[in-house]
Amino acid sequence: MLDAEGSRKADVLVSQGSVVAVGDITGLVPRGAVVLDASGCVVAPGLVDLHTHMREPGYEDAETVQSAARAAALGGFSAVVAMPNTDPPADNASIVSHVRALGERSCVDVYPAGTISVGRAGKALSPMAEMAALGVRIFTDDGAGVQDARLMRRAMEYAGALGVTLAEHCEDAALAAGGHMHEGEWSSRLGIAGQPAEAEELMVMRDLALARMTGAKLHLLHLSTAASLAMVSAARRSGLGVTAEVAPHHFTLTDAAVASYDPVFKVHPPLRSALDVAAVKAALADGTVDAIATDHAPHPRQAKEAPFDAAPPGMIGLETAVGLALSELDLPLAAVLALMSWQPAVIAGIDSAHGGPVAVGRPANLCVIDPEATWVVDPDRSASLSRNNPYKGRELTGMVRHTVTRGEPVVIGGEAQR
Amino acid sequence: MGEIRELLRLADRFGEVNRRPIPKVPALRGKTVVNMFFEDSTRTRLSFDTAARRLSADVVTFSASTSSLNKGESLRDTVETVESLGVDALVVRHSSSGVPWQISSWVKRPSVVNAGDGCHEHPTQALLDCYTIARTSPVLADRYGPDSDDFDFQGLLVGIVGDISHSRVARSDVAAMTALGATVTLIGPPTLLPPSLAGWPVEVSNDLDSLIGDLDVCYLLRLQRERTAEALLPSLREYRAIYGLTEERADKLRSDALVMHPGPANLGVEIDADVTRRPCSVIGAQVANGVSVRMAVLYYLLGSGVDLVNS
Repeated sequence: MLDAEGSRKADVLVSQGSVVAVGDITGLVPRGAVVLDASGCVVAPGLVDLHTHMREPGYEDAETVQSAARAAALGGFSAVVAMPNTDPPADNASIVSHVRALGERSCVDVYPAGTISVGRAGKALSPMAEMAALGVRIFTDDGAGVQDARLMRRAMEYAGALGVTLAEHCEDAALAAGGHMHEGEWSSRLGIAGQPAEAEELMVMRDLALARMTGAKLHLLHLSTAASLAMVSAARRSGLGVTAEVAPHHFTLTDAAVASYDPVFKVHPPLRSALDVAAVKAALADGTVDAIATDHAPHPRQAKEAPFDAAPPGMIGLETAVGLALSELDLPLAAVLALMSWQPAVIAGIDSAHGGPVAVGRPANLCVIDPEATWVVDPDRSASLSRNNPYKGRELTGMVRHTVTRGEPVVIGGEAQR
Repeated sequence: MGEIRELLRLADRFGEVNRRPIPKVPALRGKTVVNMFFEDSTRTRLSFDTAARRLSADVVTFSASTSSLNKGESLRDTVETVESLGVDALVVRHSSSGVPWQISSWVKRPSVVNAGDGCHEHPTQALLDCYTIARTSPVLADRYGPDSDDFDFQGLLVGIVGDISHSRVARSDVAAMTALGATVTLIGPPTLLPPSLAGWPVEVSNDLDSLIGDLDVCYLLRLQRERTAEALLPSLREYRAIYGLTEERADKLRSDALVMHPGPANLGVEIDADVTRRPCSVIGAQVANGVSVRMAVLYYLLGSGVDLVNS
């Protein structure tokens, strides 16, 4: 067993949604109980994804709350933050309630995020208080950044009274100017318009300054460049309480992958240079990055069978995140779990239910991971409705065996139960 | 390099075919070539069409503007539909880079010919450019004789002028000309050069006037009018003043230098009309050679094994 308090050998007894015994549970197990064999495995608090696109309402041909939840559970997640760029977007209480209700019927805990601006148009503040009253703790216009500095400043000030976090997709639209990949050696060679690293970095710089000015709780989504991470590190050292996440594709793939012109490698922010990937890995090791978040972004088959510049950006990633983190990062399991479970739980404001120590009385949100098991990524065997997975054929080490959400075993032996 | 020389030698043979009273050989009889032009084109489409017909292939032209792409059919489904008709070659031109590669990963049997993909490559243009240089350059004729089939460009100085960053012609010309040994200099304002030239076997300059007297080939690229709207240039007027091959600037070329352009030219912008009519301009030869070169490419892919001499 491994959680924020350390590691020990123990069994866990779960009943009616909670952990009721930890340690030696012989004699306590009732007849007919479901037994999850964790031999050779690590039992940990369920993983928390700060960044999942569940695509419902509006894009159900790509994914639904149910299918994304199933993929999440298979990936060891017991909680996900649902991104609000749905159609209609989650910029009001009705849509938030709707997504909440869909999540309640699914096999993980779904925490809808709300938008910062109405319709994600970047012009007017969305009714954050009414959404916060429903429990929304994170607001973002993800899919795009808030381009207007004045609006972002006011959003930060307004959010301050609500105790909520604003999360930014850092991309200066004017400088990015519709670039479809990272601007550099590869974009020049391949003849594809690129967006420079500075398109992300300018907004990181701006939002750090605005957060310092307003005292807001700022979370930076999917950072991808060396300079972005250096700025976060410097801001932290100067006392600013900003948090940052990175996505697995930004520590496992570079812009060289685009040479195949396969749009499965198209994503925003784009796959970057080898130097940036090295910086992301270093930032994960030195504490600059607080969380690994998947940015799971499903798209239907035909959307990704278009010319590279016409295809929508995004990759799915709920089912491969653990394997990639354990295979590609030279970090101890405890550090990986911190990045994928208890640290993101704190950022999402859900640490009373998720990410916390496996202890009597706490809600039973758990995952069981076999850190040595090897497997080969097969996109066709995914619970997601989409197949835009860039890791086809890749061998990974580290597999989720079981997942328990709210006391229910939703994944047993690598199979989703519903 | 070996493959380029082989194609250029084939172009010589087809050039001879094109000078016959009946410029036709049965080499590709029974083969079907589909021209899939998703982007407007005059020269390239007519050139491929003519080339395929002179090889006796059956030619089918797919026109994007009247296809079910307008009904939302995906690129892949469109291509697979065409493939299922039983075709031997797809000649693909698209405004997006990489489409021919994507298509070749989807189709099982037909050969795929890149007739120009986005800003990436235009290989047959580069081949006809190299062929034209080889057969019209007084510098090379002096050095190797006018009919040499060595296609050796060592010591040849080529300047490619214009919007390099958006040019598939430039990228392919750099690849082909340097493969044959030429020294290539890319000339243009910083905003029209690619963000990174790492690994490109080229020189770079922002100053055409300082180089123009040294060039063996002055190759002008078409400047699209939209570039001023993208904040890449202040105006076409300023571009012409600094980089346009005006009559005054053309006077500074050596008498044995060639002037080339892939067409269509923006007369009065990158090149003046009178310059295109000077003897040093081989723009007309480029177009004419396009047919022989494309016959060579189609024959190489589909007809190898068929005896050219006796057909």
